Amino acid sequence: MWTRLAHPGHFLRWTQPAMPWLAGLSALLLAVGLYLTWFVVPPDYQQGETVRIMYIHVPAAWLGVFFYGSMAVSALGTLVWRHPLADVAQRAAAPVGAAFTLICLVTGSLWGKPMWGTYWVWDARLTSMLVLFLIYCGIIALWRTIEDPNRAARAIAILTLVGAVNLPIIKFSVNWWSTLHQPASIMRMGGSAIDPSMLYPLLEMILAFTVLGVTLHLAGMRTEILRRRVRTLTIREAERLDDGAASAQRRSAAPLGRAVPGL
Amino acid sequence: MLGPHAGFILGAYAFTALVVGWLILHALRDHRAQARALAALQDGTGERP
Repeated sequence: MWTRLAHPGHFLRWTQPAMPWLAGLSALLLAVGLYLTWFVVPPDYQQGETVRIMYIHVPAAWLGVFFYGSMAVSALGTLVWRHPLADVAQRAAAPVGAAFTLICLVTGSLWGKPMWGTYWVWDARLTSMLVLFLIYCGIIALWRTIEDPNRAARAIAILTLVGAVNLPIIKFSVNWWSTLHQPASIMRMGGSAIDPSMLYPLLEMILAFTVLGVTLHLAGMRTEILRRRVRTLTIREAERLDDGAASAQRRSAAPLGRAVPGL
Repeated sequence: MLGPHAGFILGAYAFTALVVGWLILHALRDHRAQARALAALQDGTGERP
């Protein structure tokens, strides 16, 4: 059943009716999340109102890492099973993941200035997130450089798997090194360190961003399948025109060729 | 209402809205462009849509 659903043609068919529902659910979850963030969540006892940046910074950081993880899984699908949809999924995830990583870096910087007194420090967490963004940019640039999608897919799958080494570094950087960035406060041994009045709205925003990200990813995959069909048809059309021109040339050259021996 | 750091908070939300808005707009435009190109090619070659 999974193989059938993952076939590009079937994928286009089953995602078409799902897209408006997913878009509507994203909008609803975002609206509820923003309402909680702006009108329900109390200010932090130390950070004051600035803590509201957390409700976009943390979901964006999660999606930056989540999409890279999904790209690494897709890279395995490309290299091991050579599944066409794996490459499509990987290609569609890169810009979405890069955009959320950029949001994480910028919002973190805007949160850092009033809290730490600086927009940027070269600590392990911030630097490893910047490296993740640069890897995303490298992957997108490589895709634009190699014209043949099959060649590009294999090269990029290898690069993606090499870059996946950065994911545990991002996660554990705050434990392995002394960083200005705070240690893990949601997923940690002994439960979350955040008060429920802030934790549940944060989890709601993480869910809203995830549904939005997945919707954008599926939309990107649908467009990528169409782009590949356009490419195939364009090549086929060019070959047909080339064949037509060649046979017309042969027809116009043939009477002359026959006339020569008779001279 | 947002205290002395209002500029940073609003700046963070505005940047996020800008990037997410661009992602949505780009996804819609790109999909329409590819669908149009595919329809034109299928009309030309007589293939089924």
